[in-house]
Amino acid sequence: MANSESKEYWRWTESRWTNPDLDWKNGEIISAGVDVGSVSTQSVVMVDGEIYCYANMRTGSDSPDSANKSMKWALDGTELPLDNIEYAVGTGYGRVNVPFAKRAITEIACHARGANFMYGPTIRTVLDMGGQDCKAIRCDHRGKVTAFLMNDKCAAGTGRGMEVFADLLQVHINEVGQMSLVDEEPEPVSSTCVVFAKSEAVALLRKGWSKDNVLAAYCGAMAHRVVTLLERLGVEDDFAITGGIAKNIGVVSRIEKELKVTAPEPSIDPQLAGAIGGALFGKALVEKASKK
Amino acid sequence: MTVIGIDLGAKNTKVVILRSSEILATSSVLSGFDQQSSAEEAVNEALNKAKITREDIKHITATGAGMDAITFANDTVTEISASARGISKVFPSVRTVIDIGAEEGRAIRLNENGKIIDFGINEKCAAGAGAFTEAMARALEVELEKMGEMSLKSTKAVPMNAQCTIFAESEVVSLIHQNTPREDIIRAVHDAIADRITSMTRRVGIEKDVALVGGVANNIGFVDSMKRNLGFDLLIPKDPIVPEFISAYGAALVAQDTMNGG
Repeated sequence: MANSESKEYWRWTESRWTNPDLDWKNGEIISAGVDVGSVSTQSVVMVDGEIYCYANMRTGSDSPDSANKSMKWALDGTELPLDNIEYAVGTGYGRVNVPFAKRAITEIACHARGANFMYGPTIRTVLDMGGQDCKAIRCDHRGKVTAFLMNDKCAAGTGRGMEVFADLLQVHINEVGQMSLVDEEPEPVSSTCVVFAKSEAVALLRKGWSKDNVLAAYCGAMAHRVVTLLERLGVEDDFAITGGIAKNIGVVSRIEKELKVTAPEPSIDPQLAGAIGGALFGKALVEKASKK
Repeated sequence: MTVIGIDLGAKNTKVVILRSSEILATSSVLSGFDQQSSAEEAVNEALNKAKITREDIKHITATGAGMDAITFANDTVTEISASARGISKVFPSVRTVIDIGAEEGRAIRLNENGKIIDFGINEKCAAGAGAFTEAMARALEVELEKMGEMSLKSTKAVPMNAQCTIFAESEVVSLIHQNTPREDIIRAVHDAIADRITSMTRRVGIEKDVALVGGVANNIGFVDSMKRNLGFDLLIPKDPIVPEFISAYGAALVAQDTMNGG
């Protein structure tokens, strides 16, 4: 067991960043968003609505601990004390378990708000492909949610499903997307269920398919799965993708092709959308309180 | 007259040889990637046991997920019909059949003549099939065959939130990390799959007697969870037609019917 897991193909790169152009000491409102997801946890600290620092890491077995760790890492080397953060918002699956947060806001609201910040006010449809769920969200020019649909019951169409395939094919998760871009697109894997898709993939490999082609067939199936969810909700332009799978060119390009839309290239890590949304809500809540 | 029924399932290939309604032999082999050769292997094994040859066989009827791959079969019958035909022969009083294989689950309603009046299938999701318990056994590092017995030793019902097999694997691992007794986790696994099977069966309607067939019926822990859900006992076929042989037996009966001009 330990041996087969020692090569962790699913393990994506954790990261942290500090904005060199900002000094928190000159800021008026310091707010934060902490998105404790089922797979990853992000902390984003904003100074007057601009990203000051962030950390993106794997969620541990304990939500409060994961929230504390990611915030500690985000603040690492900034000399910004945690107590100086005026308003922290918790979001994601573990949102009620963020010890230093003043409020918990759903990840649906935070992702729409975050996508609005990342991709601009023209975004009307957001597809958030998370670690263990997938959400199709419609929003207005302010990033306010108008409708949404979600799958959180089934691993098909989630990051977890992709992790299973990375492990099965022994391809690092960061490389899956690029590898899947084959010249001749194969038929998508026919099983929806990740367990059955795995058996199907093994059978394809035995038939002599290359890993690239199997990944192409799986990325195609995954894209089709989420497109079904999006079509039930209705897609209005502009369209954007957030969450870890937004970094997978293999899935993104196939969703774009099937929906005949283009998702903008992310300039900020799309896994941060929820935490960014949380930090923006935090700022807005401080402003609201000071007006009274 | 001697006939053969083959059930080429997702996991095992089962064969039943019948001579004038008498069971001559049964066999079961793992379904390999080459389904045709798995079928050959199972048939040869059963022929050897029965001490007869291929020339003695008048008709072969195939069923199961891989039935179309068997080129030497004379015809095929759906899993639903095979399962219904097999159980009606063993237990004529049965009105509801719950058939849970490795990758599929079915609920079938029968009338008093053993005719199918309604059915439901889950073939899309591993969480309603044997693959679910198998994945959980792997996560728990417990032999699949020991799951049933172990869960009967459970003293506490632990809730299981995940439906999806993939998510349930992670949930089982975190339950282990929380030092939840293995017996209680295994019972939670059986309760979870039993809940899904029960709701699938409710959709076609539950009328007594109810039979449980397919490989998963060998799991006494799952049977116990089903009993708790339904509030009454289920009929489970015994030797020589154990639960996983019902469809192969049904296919053999269909082969016999065909030869008798039925």
